[in-house]
Amino acid sequence: MSDHHPTGLKRWLFSTNHKDIGTLYIIFSIVMGIVGGAYSGMIRAQLATPDGGFLGLDGQFYNVVITAHGLIMIFFVVMPGLIGGFGNWFVPLMIGAPDMAFPRLNNISFWLLVPAITLVMMGGYIGSGAGTSWVMYPPLSSTLGHADMAVDFVLFGLHLAGASSLLGAINFITTIYNMRAPGMTFHKMPLFVWAMLVTAFLLLLSVPVLAGGITMLITDRNFATTFFDASKGGDPVLFQHLFWFFGHPEVYIMILPAFGIISHVISTFSKKPVFGYLGMAYAMVSIGVIGFAVWAHHMFTVGLHVDTLAYFTVATMVIAVPTGIKIFSWIATMWGGSVRFSTPMLFAMGFIILFTIGGVTGVVLANAGVDKILHDTYYVVAHFHYTLSMGSLFGLFCGFYYWIPKISGRMYSETLSKIHFWVLFIGVNILFFPMHFLGLAGMPRRYADYPDAFAGWNMVASIGALITLASTVFFLFILFHTLRYGKKAPANPWGEGADTLEWTVDSPAPFHTFDTQPRIK
Amino acid sequence: MLDFWEYIKKMFGMLHRSLALIFLVLFPVLGFCTEPEPWQFGFQDAATPVMEKVNELHTILLWVIFVIAVFVAALLLYTGWRFHEKRNPIPSKTTHNTLIEVIWTVIPVVILIFIGIPSLRLIYYMDKVDEPEITIKAIGHQWYWEYEYPEEDISFDSYMIKTADLKPGQKRLLEVDRPVVLPVNTNIRILTTSADVIHSFGVPAFGIKQDSVPGRLAEVWARITKTGNYYGQCYEICGMNHSFMPIQIKVVSREEYDQWIKEKGGKKAKADASKNNPTKL
Repeated sequence: MSDHHPTGLKRWLFSTNHKDIGTLYIIFSIVMGIVGGAYSGMIRAQLATPDGGFLGLDGQFYNVVITAHGLIMIFFVVMPGLIGGFGNWFVPLMIGAPDMAFPRLNNISFWLLVPAITLVMMGGYIGSGAGTSWVMYPPLSSTLGHADMAVDFVLFGLHLAGASSLLGAINFITTIYNMRAPGMTFHKMPLFVWAMLVTAFLLLLSVPVLAGGITMLITDRNFATTFFDASKGGDPVLFQHLFWFFGHPEVYIMILPAFGIISHVISTFSKKPVFGYLGMAYAMVSIGVIGFAVWAHHMFTVGLHVDTLAYFTVATMVIAVPTGIKIFSWIATMWGGSVRFSTPMLFAMGFIILFTIGGVTGVVLANAGVDKILHDTYYVVAHFHYTLSMGSLFGLFCGFYYWIPKISGRMYSETLSKIHFWVLFIGVNILFFPMHFLGLAGMPRRYADYPDAFAGWNMVASIGALITLASTVFFLFILFHTLRYGKKAPANPWGEGADTLEWTVDSPAPFHTFDTQPRIK
Repeated sequence: MLDFWEYIKKMFGMLHRSLALIFLVLFPVLGFCTEPEPWQFGFQDAATPVMEKVNELHTILLWVIFVIAVFVAALLLYTGWRFHEKRNPIPSKTTHNTLIEVIWTVIPVVILIFIGIPSLRLIYYMDKVDEPEITIKAIGHQWYWEYEYPEEDISFDSYMIKTADLKPGQKRLLEVDRPVVLPVNTNIRILTTSADVIHSFGVPAFGIKQDSVPGRLAEVWARITKTGNYYGQCYEICGMNHSFMPIQIKVVSREEYDQWIKEKGGKKAKADASKNNPTKL
């Protein structure tokens, strides 16, 4: 009996296969990464020198650029890459399931992203463009600040992206609850699956709140409601509460899957099981739970009551504890192991060092007293790029090099990928580290032009951006090189350390896997 | 308890200053600055007790996070080197050690309590001033600040000076046509709100940043200890000219301030005038 194997349009457009949909997500993420990266390039060109640098964008268009950069990187690069891409590919493989629980839902999850990004991109170019930054605070995002339809396009685009995420989250939760191979209890589940489960719950509980907030904004803009209009009894700060009740879990949505990947890579290349497995799993669960109770630390300067500031300061600092457990458990996994510095391992170690830097500056920002000085300065930009541009992005590259043999059936070149790692590592640090100094000195975020005193470090950052750009172009070459000239990969290229189920199937993973159910002892 | 925290602050301050000396030799900064400097590494110089306290806490935090980051990086690199497959071909199978797991949970908790206590004290200290002597109001507009001295019945708009109109020595994007004038060593209450979108009134040297939200009136305070020209900017994205609505505050002696109020025709000045010459009113 031969398996059903559609081809062409039927295979890709109507796909219900988790691997094909995962591949579509990964391609989508890479393409959008280039677009979002192009916007970063524009930002750094504009800020390279005072008075508009090489570009001389006007203030509104610059705001459009930073808005598009933020929205694209968050909703259309990191989330599709980590959750849609690696999640789709490896959650079913790791739990020994033949596919996702709802294959057609999976298809619509992906294809909703195409109209979503189309609307968001159009929002940048209709009228004067949506220059609200990704947080979209009214009244700037109301008709007062943006009279034309640009912001409506972005809001409807985000609604579609949110629907896509929600359907994906429902699919992951159902799959993980019901389709684990016999013998795989929750406490035997690989940590990447744990990470995806927690991520899916965060999405399920936070995205509807964003949807509510932006729906209220849509009706404020179009149907004369006044939820956020202070002159008619509304309150702009209400939107900020709704937005950050989504927005804070969102930052964990972007990092937890990377945590999962890092755990597997560290364990694989140390030839040693993960240290403190249960602690690792429940650290992620507690990060997810506490993540819902800290949102107002993004709002320390809006004029909250002093007791509220005190609560959110303390609650935010608590998150450092489970995060610390994860960092130390990764190092303990390596301790006593037999460590090999393959490229995924380099990315994992780079992740640990740089994410720690982003994490500790987060502890600084958690203190409301200090945050009042640093809020909306480049210190914050530096902080969250250390956790995202070095955290989530390093997680993406780490997962890419770790799993590309399984996805494509071909090995990447160790030499080329190591060059990629080092150039990227140096580039992002030159790019983002000076931003701490700029922020401490007081340089505000979202500025198209800055006082001359900030010129020096901005130039250094822009040089770092050039190096990062070079490494990204080089990555695209590696991608081409791997697919075209890569050596054929065996089922398990990593040896005894790689003990999860995806390494028991052929490389590339066949269209249908686990025709006979695996059993876990 | 109080003395303990003062002692800790002093200790960290000394450590910081001695290392800062090295930086001073490498990057000479002359005296007190009221504005950002090229190649600056840290905060602007504190001109209020609030900013001094922020600086103290930040110094503690900076040392704590510096030590943690270096410790983690060093431990990771050492582990990678020590247990490289060449040196350690046979991996151990250890996956649990309750003692060490308890240790790396408890120590971060202790560190957090250590920084949490001074942090909470700072939050309450920053909140309000008991007896404000002067109240001013900063109202954000797209894209300029309007200032009111409600007790004096004075109000004026303050626009950035365009680059083309700058006189020599004026700072691009920081200088305004009509700066706020405030007296030194006075408890000043600053109220802020907005007439359109959200802005944010921030002056780094004073340790002030407060969003100006339409429909809300927020309060911050400052007691400025040194005279001079201070600069702030708008810290909440507010549209096209977000980068171009700076704040300039001229801090002068009490006498000069009273003189300025008189020139501006403040209510007190009028009252004084009527006292000296009652028939004219």
